Amino acid sequence: MIELRAVSKRYGDFHAVKDVTLEVARGELLAIVGASGSGKTTLLKMVNRLVEPDAGEVRLDGKDVREGPAVDLRRTIGYVIQHVGLLPHLTVEDNVAMVPRLLAWPEERTRARVVELLELVGLPAATYRDRFPDELSGGQRQRVGLARALAAKPRALLLDEPLGALDPIIRATLQRELRKIHDDLALTTMMVTHDLIEALTLADRVAVMLHGELRQVATPHELVTSPADDWVAELVEMARRQGASLRALEERA
Amino acid sequence: MNDLLRGVPPLLASHLELVVVALVVAFAVSLPLAIAASSRPRLAFAVVTGAGVVQTIPGLALLALMVPILAKSGVLSPFGFPPAVIALTLYAMLPILRNAVTGIRGVDPAATEAARGMGMSPWQVTRLVELPLAAPVIAAGVRTATVWTVGAATLATPVGQPSLGNYIFAGLQTRNFAMLLVGVAAAAGLALVLDAILAGLERALSGRKRSRTFVPVAAFALVVAIVAILPRVTAASGSARASAPARASQGELTRVRLGGKPFTEQYVLVALMRARLEAASVQVDVAQSLGSTVAFDALVHGDIDAYVEYSGTLWTNAMKRPAGVPRWRVLAELDAWLAREHGVRSLGSLGFENAYALAVRRATADKLGLHTLADLARVAPTLSMGADYEFFGRAEWSAVERAYGLRFARKTSFDPALLYEAVVRGEVDVISAFSSDGRIAADDLVVLDDPAGALPAYDAMIVLGPRAANDRRVACALGDLHVPVERMRRANAMVDRDHATPAEAAAWLLAGMPAADCSTLQR
Repeated sequence: MIELRAVSKRYGDFHAVKDVTLEVARGELLAIVGASGSGKTTLLKMVNRLVEPDAGEVRLDGKDVREGPAVDLRRTIGYVIQHVGLLPHLTVEDNVAMVPRLLAWPEERTRARVVELLELVGLPAATYRDRFPDELSGGQRQRVGLARALAAKPRALLLDEPLGALDPIIRATLQRELRKIHDDLALTTMMVTHDLIEALTLADRVAVMLHGELRQVATPHELVTSPADDWVAELVEMARRQGASLRALEERA
Repeated sequence: MNDLLRGVPPLLASHLELVVVALVVAFAVSLPLAIAASSRPRLAFAVVTGAGVVQTIPGLALLALMVPILAKSGVLSPFGFPPAVIALTLYAMLPILRNAVTGIRGVDPAATEAARGMGMSPWQVTRLVELPLAAPVIAAGVRTATVWTVGAATLATPVGQPSLGNYIFAGLQTRNFAMLLVGVAAAAGLALVLDAILAGLERALSGRKRSRTFVPVAAFALVVAIVAILPRVTAASGSARASAPARASQGELTRVRLGGKPFTEQYVLVALMRARLEAASVQVDVAQSLGSTVAFDALVHGDIDAYVEYSGTLWTNAMKRPAGVPRWRVLAELDAWLAREHGVRSLGSLGFENAYALAVRRATADKLGLHTLADLARVAPTLSMGADYEFFGRAEWSAVERAYGLRFARKTSFDPALLYEAVVRGEVDVISAFSSDGRIAADDLVVLDDPAGALPAYDAMIVLGPRAANDRRVACALGDLHVPVERMRRANAMVDRDHATPAEAAAWLLAGMPAADCSTLQR
């Protein structure tokens, strides 16, 4: 369980996050949507302490994340970013094995785990294990990034625009797989995205942020049927218009 | 030609040793600095600018500067390896630093962010992400530094560190262009080989298979091994490798190290002393081509045991006494001062003077009616003067300038080897010449008289350092050497004009002298 309690962050005069309180229940997939600069990434990074809040506290499974070194905390939380950040000088296997090796797992267990994870993300180990990142497609790289984040059986998974750089078809496939993996492994996942449709179709609950403030947290159904304010309503309306114009095209044909 | 090449292996070995030590130290210092600086822009600016400033100091000046600095510090010897290696290290740092900072800063921020997010400590991010990804750029910096250092290491010769520069300095000064070429070619060859090896390393580091780095590393080890072993193999047939003088037990000198300055006469006199000492069964090492002030410091510190100095140089530079003192008093006071202040023994005048003198072409002298420096002063504002690097900075020049009111239209410094050619070709009208130089007669130059006695006497004299001062066999072998000025001029001309080797000229000088039998002397 991830709990953010009244957290704030300022950079000079800029309020990146203003007094946000938010909970992600065990096994839940929560999506945070908002425009760029809305503070959603800052909020996410507070969980693994890449950003330290100026005020408020963050708890993971009931424990304040500031207890103990940040490095130890991060090794128990999976983290995936849009640009993946695979290490180009290491093979797929060495990239995925990174955190288990930092945690000094026995090498045999690490290698078995790599095989298991590559199968999970749909990249058979026999074919992909010894490849280098620049020999993979964008979608394959993001799969390796996900496998790497899951390698050490994390307590929580943080996804920062994980599918943002992919083309729509691969993106849709990966959305389905991501949800399946989340369910199969019973993960607690917090995902940042700027795509409302992705959030609505994928998440258990959606949090909407604007200018560092949390405007609404609700299930996809609630968000669509009863937006909390005009801005959320407009955001939903925009998505709805996209769907409508698509239908209009079909009807004309 | 074989004789010429025999000296290459030991010089190549000490050249490579110098380069490798300087590069290793420069790398060991620069890499941590660059790591610290890569995340601190102000520190990065400070260290890269600092290294850049060092880089703008000419190599020769930087090396020469290390001698007084080390002499003051009193920790390391100001002679030979320490000043050379420190200067070269400073010189090698800029490209390594600059490339390392650039390389680390150029690492994809996504890679470092992901690494931090996964739980790498800052040091793990540096070691496992930043350094491997920056490695090709860092290797390129080391490659640049290597080529620079191989070139700059030839300038280690004047501070007493044997290097391939021995060939270049001696070749240039004695107009032996075959010798010059050997030195240049050996240095260029070494630079090319090391560059090729490092290019291989750079390629291996930018490729995927890091294991390929084994090939360039093995090639480097092989080159070092060959260069290290070669002098030992060839030593049997050739001259011994120049090494630090053996510190034998007190009063017993098994090895004497001779010093020499970088001009023809000194190369001949070193060969002369060497022949005499070897005839007396004393083993000899030579530190050739030393800078003028380096030689005396080296003698006092015991880094060399004997060399030929000129009374006027010590009188004005070391004793800081004015000109205009009669020659016999200069010699007497100098001998006493050397013994009292430094424990240095003078063996007295060799029999000739090598004084600074101002010389002009005969045609110039005839046309302008020049006989003395006073005559020269009248027309100096329409003339140009050339001198060696030191002359315009020396007390002798200020003395002459003051005594006669000399004001030239233009003053230029030349390498001494090119000075005579400059006046013969008319590039300059007047040059600073040396009175024992064979080229004065050969080039038909006129030496102008010094009626005011502004230029001090420059008796050539052998000086023995504290270790050699009490050695009877050394004193016997060198003590009765006598070289009249005409013979010295001729010996110099043999080398400068007729392309004899200094050893041949020395043999000719010795042939006219009675041999001293010192080998049976007790020490």
